[in-house]
Amino acid sequence: MDFTYTVLILLLPFLSFILIGLLGTKLKPVTAGIIGTVVTGIAAALSYYTAFGYFGAGRDASGVYPTMIPWNTVWLPFSETLHIDLGVMLDPISVMMLVVISTVSLMVHIYSFGYMKGERGFQRYYAFLSLFTMSMMGLVVATNIFQMYLFWELVGVSSYLLIGFYYTKKEAVAASKKAFIVTRFADLGFLVGILFYGFYTGTFSFTPDAPALGAAKAILPIALGLMFVGGAGKSAMFPLHIWLPDAMEGPTPVSALIHAATMVVAGVYLVARMFPLFVEYAPDVLHLTAYVGAFTALYAAVVACVQSDIKRVLAFSTISQIGFMIVALGVCTSSDPHAGGLGYMASMFHLFTHAMFKALLFLCAGCIIHAVHSNEVSAMGGLRKYLPVTHATFLVACLAIAGIWPLSGFFSKDEIITACFEFSPFIGVTMTFIAGLTAFYMFRLYYGIFWGRENKALHAEHVPHEAPATMTVPLVFLAVVTLFAGWIPFGHFVSSDGQAYTIHINTTVAIVSLCVAAAGIALATWMYMREDRKVADGLATRFSGLHKAAYHRFYIDEIYQFITHRIIFACISSPIAWFDRHVVDGFMNGMAWVTEKTSWAIRYMQSGSVQRYCIWFLGGVLGLVILLLLI
Amino acid sequence: MNILSLFPAIPLLMMLGLWLSRNTKQIHAVMVTGSALLLALSLFLVFEYAGLRKAGVTDPMLFTDSVMWYRPLNIHYAVGVDGISVLMLLLSSIIVFTGTFASWQMKTDVKEFFMWFCLLSLGVFGFFISLDLFTMFMFYEVALIPMYLLIGVWGSGRKEYSAMKLTLMLMGGSALLLIGILGIYFGAGATTMNIMEIAGLHNIPLSLQRIWFPVVFIGFGVLGALFPFHTWSPDGHASAPTAVSMLHAGVLMKLGGYGCFRVAMFLLPDAAAELSWIFIILTAISVVYGAFSACVQTDLKYINAYSSVSHCGLVLFAILMINSTAATGAVLQMLSHGLMTALFFALIGMIYGRTHTRDIRQLSGLMKIMPFLSVCYVIAGLANLGLPGLSGFVAEMTIFNGAFMNDGIFYRVVTIIACTSIVITAVYILRVIGKILYGTCTNPEHLKLTDATWDEKLAVVVLICAIAVLGLAPLWASEMIHGSVTSIISHILN
Amino acid sequence: MIQMEYYLIVSTILMFVGIYGFITRRNLLAMLISVELILNSVDINFVVFNRFLFPEQLEGFFFTLFAIGISAAETAVAIAIIINIYRNMKNIQVKNLKNMKW
Repeated sequence: MDFTYTVLILLLPFLSFILIGLLGTKLKPVTAGIIGTVVTGIAAALSYYTAFGYFGAGRDASGVYPTMIPWNTVWLPFSETLHIDLGVMLDPISVMMLVVISTVSLMVHIYSFGYMKGERGFQRYYAFLSLFTMSMMGLVVATNIFQMYLFWELVGVSSYLLIGFYYTKKEAVAASKKAFIVTRFADLGFLVGILFYGFYTGTFSFTPDAPALGAAKAILPIALGLMFVGGAGKSAMFPLHIWLPDAMEGPTPVSALIHAATMVVAGVYLVARMFPLFVEYAPDVLHLTAYVGAFTALYAAVVACVQSDIKRVLAFSTISQIGFMIVALGVCTSSDPHAGGLGYMASMFHLFTHAMFKALLFLCAGCIIHAVHSNEVSAMGGLRKYLPVTHATFLVACLAIAGIWPLSGFFSKDEIITACFEFSPFIGVTMTFIAGLTAFYMFRLYYGIFWGRENKALHAEHVPHEAPATMTVPLVFLAVVTLFAGWIPFGHFVSSDGQAYTIHINTTVAIVSLCVAAAGIALATWMYMREDRKVADGLATRFSGLHKAAYHRFYIDEIYQFITHRIIFACISSPIAWFDRHVVDGFMNGMAWVTEKTSWAIRYMQSGSVQRYCIWFLGGVLGLVILLLLI
Repeated sequence: MNILSLFPAIPLLMMLGLWLSRNTKQIHAVMVTGSALLLALSLFLVFEYAGLRKAGVTDPMLFTDSVMWYRPLNIHYAVGVDGISVLMLLLSSIIVFTGTFASWQMKTDVKEFFMWFCLLSLGVFGFFISLDLFTMFMFYEVALIPMYLLIGVWGSGRKEYSAMKLTLMLMGGSALLLIGILGIYFGAGATTMNIMEIAGLHNIPLSLQRIWFPVVFIGFGVLGALFPFHTWSPDGHASAPTAVSMLHAGVLMKLGGYGCFRVAMFLLPDAAAELSWIFIILTAISVVYGAFSACVQTDLKYINAYSSVSHCGLVLFAILMINSTAATGAVLQMLSHGLMTALFFALIGMIYGRTHTRDIRQLSGLMKIMPFLSVCYVIAGLANLGLPGLSGFVAEMTIFNGAFMNDGIFYRVVTIIACTSIVITAVYILRVIGKILYGTCTNPEHLKLTDATWDEKLAVVVLICAIAVLGLAPLWASEMIHGSVTSIISHILN
Repeated sequence: MIQMEYYLIVSTILMFVGIYGFITRRNLLAMLISVELILNSVDINFVVFNRFLFPEQLEGFFFTLFAIGISAAETAVAIAIIINIYRNMKNIQVKNLKNMKW
């Protein structure tokens, strides 16, 4: 089957970006929106078509879906073997990602019609969305690591532009800057990793030939580790996670698309992409990522339990869930799904389901914010009667993320925990605990919004109302996907060795995790469902130190603030600038000063008095005469 | 007449035309015609050159010509171009063209301003086409002198001080250069001043090379903002009028990198290979140091000047790596930095022309007031911090990859140090964008300012197009440079 | 017959008197006179050397005549300048004439 048309999936959004971007305000807002949406719709249709075509074409003789490169061109050569290519690579995970990205992107495009209605810069918004869609698609279909890096930077910039969409808002500007700089810092690691990788294996391809790999054996762990730093930055792994909660300053649909479903999982995708090399040559680094992921998941889950901003809770939950995916990849010990390689499939599965239900959660949050004009849970409460559709879909998503059968989250999370137990009971227990915590904080949020104490004063002043159809249709669509995605035989499409793998539910793990989730939900119900929250408030005062620390995200941001302002700006940049102005430049000015002073000093020799010259002249003659006489 | 001789000839004719013209309209007409002609000519040259290379012509220099000028010293008017100089000519003509439009609103002594401007461009064009050391040096001087007057007369702020400082430092550099050139000439047996012939002779003893290499390298390095000889750059750029800043940062600073490569490294290859490590350290310092300094500046032009120090440091850093990939990257970086920084200075000039301040603490919320200029400023900023699809990415990635190809722990360490500049660049660029463009405007005076006029738009759009073309389709430029660079590098290595 | 040395002694004395006067005097006229003395001492030397060492040749005499003529012209020019300075500045003391310095 010919897949050359897949280039269009990249090209169309790019053209749409150029078109909307160049025409700008000359275009009517609606027209810009329609162009963007239609183009994304076409891209989504093409992605589905590709997926059907690709998986429909069947496996090759060795039982795997063949990796295809329908289109590839040299973009920038460095040497004979090293060159940045731009191309399209189709393999199970890239096709899966295409489907995820285009689906969520399309939903967000439609949703934004309602959400962004009447906003200044509507056209700009759609232009950036197109840019992001293009870059993200380019990232996942990359044929080589450098193409990935290229689009990696592009998604970073689109994210920067979209977080800073409300550019007159101080927090948004600060958040966009922070997001970009933190991920840029991580990208430095990625870049250096690529440089090592390219130099020692002699190629940027994901699959170097065996001799090159043999030669690069010693350096590969370093290279892959550095690449993971880049991935950790994008995927908000501790301690590079600080940008993600702040990134919620962007418009909510953007948070759904970029900071929940697609861009933030780029790091996971990167590790998955390099997975064969990780497993083969750097298992220790891979396991290290598991510990990083587990710690992040725990940290973020704890912080999410006490946040009061609805989007912040979701942001920390995203960080936590990405932690799950990273852990799942990290606990793999081989590429055989039956013997230690289950995590790969589990991770990709969770990526897929998480993208759907997290996008749904964010879009619901958008509806709620739309209704009450505030992000704070205190402004909500008892909204279930005002927003029935949102309520239902939000509940579906909450149940999914909590891992309740038969929603999609249950299946993927179950696989992850099974994989964790295969690796080490410690990680397994930790992840099960975090899963319970997830259920708890999600339902804390759910009850805080839809039940609990209603902010009657606010709601009387401005009656909350259900969002328009452009916003609810995507919700319903995503909720339906969330309901049924778990039944997709995911292992048949994606698995670590490419062979078909049938997902078995590990009954013990499933029952335990279900119980834990149910316990979490029950606890949240007990604490937060009623109007008065004696228990919760009591706990908060009882452990006020812990509560405060968690609320301030354990002061990680403050540490960063300290490092950047006190150390980088005050202790490096300012002294350097001072040094430059006063020492280096001072030296140059000093030379000029010395020259000038010397001139002033010796200028009296040039007195203009002929008689004095005459004395010098005579003196000179006398001196010469004496010299001659002596010689 | 050789096509290359047209490059210095046109500015000369433009000067004549300016001298004859009587009002601003005529002056503008002369400038636009002349600079458009130059632009067309350089584009034509690029295609012609690419065509000849495609046809399989393998001479290192094309369109060569040589006329005896002064026999006792074997000075010729010798011209010729390879891929590097062709692109440099293109860069110069783009910047002369856009600089003309950027100074469209100039009010005082327009005629004299443009005459000096033409003289400056004459020097620049002459420099890039010359193959004779002495002629090259002469054009170099021709390019330096008008700078003094252009800054001293039409500048702003502490203009006399800056003009004097810039001129003295660059003149100091060129004094070293003259000594170095004579050293090379006599060291090579005093038979020829032609660069290609001297390189062909390859007979300068190593002991002499060791003396002349640092002399020539520093001589050109001063112009290329080599640490610690870069301090003319912030003051000079801050005081210079817009078009002069553009031409100076965009083209003149490239003379330094070009000269280092073409003269210092090419003619003194053994010493270059031996002593490069010293200068690699200096340039690595330049790269990081410039970027850090830019982080805390408050004057827009100072920020950009320090950013130029950082980026031009990268150019010198790359050529010192002595491998063809890094050198290709260096030339790409010259092109890219030339365009980007010209765009930056043009925009800063336009903002300054409206707000009368360049202090970032006094500017805010410009995005709402002048959307066109602000969007272009963001694009320039993104290009500067290496956004893929714009030229900066292409150049920097080529440099880093090239630098990484040199095996050895020393090269690894300095490359990684240089790489950190991409993060610091992001810091200072975003800081400026966040401060001056975003947020709400606090100064009521600024609220009634207007957006760009057509001439400014034209200048900015041409530059952005050039940046985007180089960034989206770098293959042609990269191949063009690579072909020429390879022969030079292989000469140095043998 | 007076020996050559006596003439030379006179011219040397004249020469140094002239130099001394040129250095010490602050009046332009006095300086001019001193310069004339130096010139005259040189003239005497020319004549004397011609007369005693090369009696059959006349170059020395001719040169002396030229020198006298030129010094006369030079004196005229110098006096003209001095008079002009005096008219403009009412002063011909060297130390007071600073306007053209530096």
